[in-house]
Amino acid sequence: MRRIEDGGREDGAYEDGGRLIGRSVPRREDPRLLTGRGRFVDDITLPGTLHAQFVRSTVAHGEVTAIDLDGVRAVPGVVAAYTADDLGLGDITAQLARPVEEFVPTAMPVLARDRVRYVGEPVAIVVARDAYAAEDGVEAARVGYAVHPPVTDEAAALADGAPLLHAEAARNTLVDVRLFATEGIDEVFAAADRVVRVEARTGRQNALPLETRGVLAHWDDREEQLVLHTCSQVPHQVRTVASRCLGLVERAVRVVVPDMGGGFGLKCVVGREELAAAAAALRLRRPVKWIEDRKDALSASFLAREQHYDVRAAFDAAGRILALDADVVCDMGAYSCYPFTAGIEPLMAAAEMPGVYKVPAYRVRGRAVATNKAPTAPYRGVSRPQYVMVVERLFERAARELDLDPVEIRRRNLITDFPYTGVNGITYDPGSYRESLDLCERTLRAEGWYERQRAARAAGRHLGIGYSCFSERTGYGSAAFAQRKMAVVPGFDLSEVRMDPSGAVTVTTGTMSHGQSHETTMAQIVAERLGLELDRVRLHQGDTDRVAYGWGTFASRSIAVGGSAVRLAAGRLGEKLRAIAAARWEVPVEETVLGRGEVVRRGAPGTALDYRELAEVAYLRVDLLPKDIEPGLTATAAFDVFNDGTFSNATHGVVVELHADTGRVEILRYVCVEDCGVAINPQVVEGQCRGGIAQGIAGALFEQVTYDAQGEPSATSFMDYRVPTAHEIPDVAIHHLQTPCAFTETGAKGAGEGGTIGAPAAVLNAVNDALRPTGVELDDIPITPETVHRALHRRHYQESAR
Amino acid sequence: MTNRPQPPAATPDTAAPVDVPPPAERELQLMVLDVNGERHEVITEARRTLVDVLRHELRLTGTHVGCEHGICGACTVLLDDRPVRACLMFAAQAEGARIRTVESLSARPPDAAGSQLSDLQRAFRAHHALQCGFCTPGFLMLAEGFLAERPDADTEEIREVVAANLCRCTGYQPLVEAIEDCAAARRAERAAASAPRKEK
Repeated sequence: MRRIEDGGREDGAYEDGGRLIGRSVPRREDPRLLTGRGRFVDDITLPGTLHAQFVRSTVAHGEVTAIDLDGVRAVPGVVAAYTADDLGLGDITAQLARPVEEFVPTAMPVLARDRVRYVGEPVAIVVARDAYAAEDGVEAARVGYAVHPPVTDEAAALADGAPLLHAEAARNTLVDVRLFATEGIDEVFAAADRVVRVEARTGRQNALPLETRGVLAHWDDREEQLVLHTCSQVPHQVRTVASRCLGLVERAVRVVVPDMGGGFGLKCVVGREELAAAAAALRLRRPVKWIEDRKDALSASFLAREQHYDVRAAFDAAGRILALDADVVCDMGAYSCYPFTAGIEPLMAAAEMPGVYKVPAYRVRGRAVATNKAPTAPYRGVSRPQYVMVVERLFERAARELDLDPVEIRRRNLITDFPYTGVNGITYDPGSYRESLDLCERTLRAEGWYERQRAARAAGRHLGIGYSCFSERTGYGSAAFAQRKMAVVPGFDLSEVRMDPSGAVTVTTGTMSHGQSHETTMAQIVAERLGLELDRVRLHQGDTDRVAYGWGTFASRSIAVGGSAVRLAAGRLGEKLRAIAAARWEVPVEETVLGRGEVVRRGAPGTALDYRELAEVAYLRVDLLPKDIEPGLTATAAFDVFNDGTFSNATHGVVVELHADTGRVEILRYVCVEDCGVAINPQVVEGQCRGGIAQGIAGALFEQVTYDAQGEPSATSFMDYRVPTAHEIPDVAIHHLQTPCAFTETGAKGAGEGGTIGAPAAVLNAVNDALRPTGVELDDIPITPETVHRALHRRHYQESAR
Repeated sequence: MTNRPQPPAATPDTAAPVDVPPPAERELQLMVLDVNGERHEVITEARRTLVDVLRHELRLTGTHVGCEHGICGACTVLLDDRPVRACLMFAAQAEGARIRTVESLSARPPDAAGSQLSDLQRAFRAHHALQCGFCTPGFLMLAEGFLAERPDADTEEIREVVAANLCRCTGYQPLVEAIEDCAAARRAERAAASAPRKEK
């Protein structure tokens, strides 16, 4: 592990001056995006494009008794309107290979048939000449419902005699797993010096890409293909589901993802509206476009993060954790998402909860319950922002009760010897858990925040300092996903590198950038491997006809897994270039090496063949090639991770001030010490940290998807769903540590989610530190100004309640 | 025929009235819009918003739509040099005004090296003030309008203005820094231009 003293800026050489890995080269994506020349789904229009919108359920739970679309079809500009019966599509069903006691599969129809399960569920599709007429048409629909009592939270879902969303899922429970249960754990709790408990709830959130979901679907007669231009993190998985629902072979579906305005997990599942629009395009044989409006995005899209933890931890007198016993219930809304299922949140929390600490005994129950709310997709971090927050609260509480320093208690428990195999059966590869905590604390101390806190307290102000330590698994290979018992097992990725006759290189990846800068970073990897100028390399992604296969971008997998495949393929192309050069020189291939844009003959200074000359031979002068070398210059590679994956880690340190008059939580300082192994482009890594932290702060302090007692969403605009702005999000100081990963091809670990994972815990701990003189401790997020105001003026509220 | 995919749903729906004429009820209006120094005549419905006309009638798709209720600011354009939300006004209301969109910021299409970018665009790039790029045109036009009016703005004023729009990727700090950098560079340039020339 070593410390990078600066971010390795564009002009500052990071290692040896010439290398591309580790340099913050300017992004390839930027020129088009800065000039309004990006191409997002809604920027694409084909001749004759029609526009779709959806008739959506107005009740949270009920039977559909009648759908009358005659009025819709009479609206000027409306071309067609279809119900589920009209389209006759297959359902979207996500599976886990687990017994029915652990997982109940449920089907999500593309359009609701007889039953609706949340407000906003699509019931019919309206297709019109323009988007305005489509909305006019939607307003003319008449749908009758026999209303059932809604199930609006976890307690109602699990209650005796609760109405069932899915008849097959008793107690509305879609997932129920009990894992690990270390032998003798109850005795450990009984004998422990101290047992602390945290019961915490985390608010439902929307991942909220600024570009809403959307699709432009058309049938291409010449290719005999349904073409879906859509914003998805997982184009090949969209192709699979579209082919199944529509009854096409996969070859007959092409999914093309243009520029994408964020995703954050929400777009790594397969949506219903995209498939309905595709079906309408097939029937009408005209292009059909659907662009989700913000109200639907806030209420009827995929949501995340509503979880309830009841966790106990046993400690010895020195503050060493002895055991962890957790009950996790995740409110997954109405359906399982494809391909991850409703198990995505509880299974993540259950498997990973011990995290960065040496926990000798562990028992966990993880459940997913169905409620009458829009369904859940993975959202940046997936459960880790929540369980990290809960575990960090446990350590803070234990420190308080044992009168230990909150940083010191962490130090005593952090994993320091790697590889470390935890009680959860996971082997953690080397990281800088302890070092990141030390550096983070040192930074805040050196900046004088502890003195300022003492001074502020003396002056009656409420300053608090909080930390969070965590690691996140980022190289999920097929082995790790198979352990989760997914019926389709993601993990590997493919790359093809092709050099054209002019010596320029095209590389494909099965990952799918939607802001993460892959056009830049993947090109850096290839250019570095082959000794090429960066502008000689061009990335292709997000087109199922151009990219053989891929699992897309989620779980911080792109650089760790996709980047490794890209580097392997580039290396294989290099082998081929060397073979051609060796043949030209009539020497063994071992006497050649790759140089800067050329193959160099070992021990023969000045003897080199430029890639252009070699490419010319490979394509235009194949008569010069020996028989054992095939014409053309392409190489492919697959990469998978066959162990438990690689773990990035970080410590976040936060200083907050609570404002007594308004209850506002102001973040005065935010320090992040992160380690994602080799940073391909440090500026991009910093961007991921900052953006992730902003989303974590949003979950800690601001955003919450809310419903009334009838299951009606009550935060359906940006007036009520409070997305933080530059006012609320502080500047973040980032320090890099670097523990290279031993088994990815570049030494990189993933960097996409860490910021989001660490922020809620650190902010909540800082708020609690500020509240310390009041005796109030908060364990739930979001922390509202009202909560803080009540905590700071507890006596006043108690008196006025009398 | 055996090789052709023949799903039931792929059969054209002959019953669908795909060639209905424009309905008589659609009230169309001729509008004359001055966009990026060009005069455009548009015949469209009076209810169409400015952003929809810019994007879908004039095909200037650089301006984006993020919320359609005036909060996120992805649709920000300049109207007589001032930033406005193009989702909150009808196109008809913009007649007679000078409209500027993101497409006007650089004189020529960019090359791969970005050498045609304006100073503001270059500052965004240098500071990694964009990731997915969806909110970017809105922030650029917001900053363009603001810096023209307040060239001496300090960090706090810039942060205040950046807080007018939403970005989900960057955490805002790079946006503030980029705009501040651009403002400082413009000030330095102005100072250099206005400083009396020294005799050698």
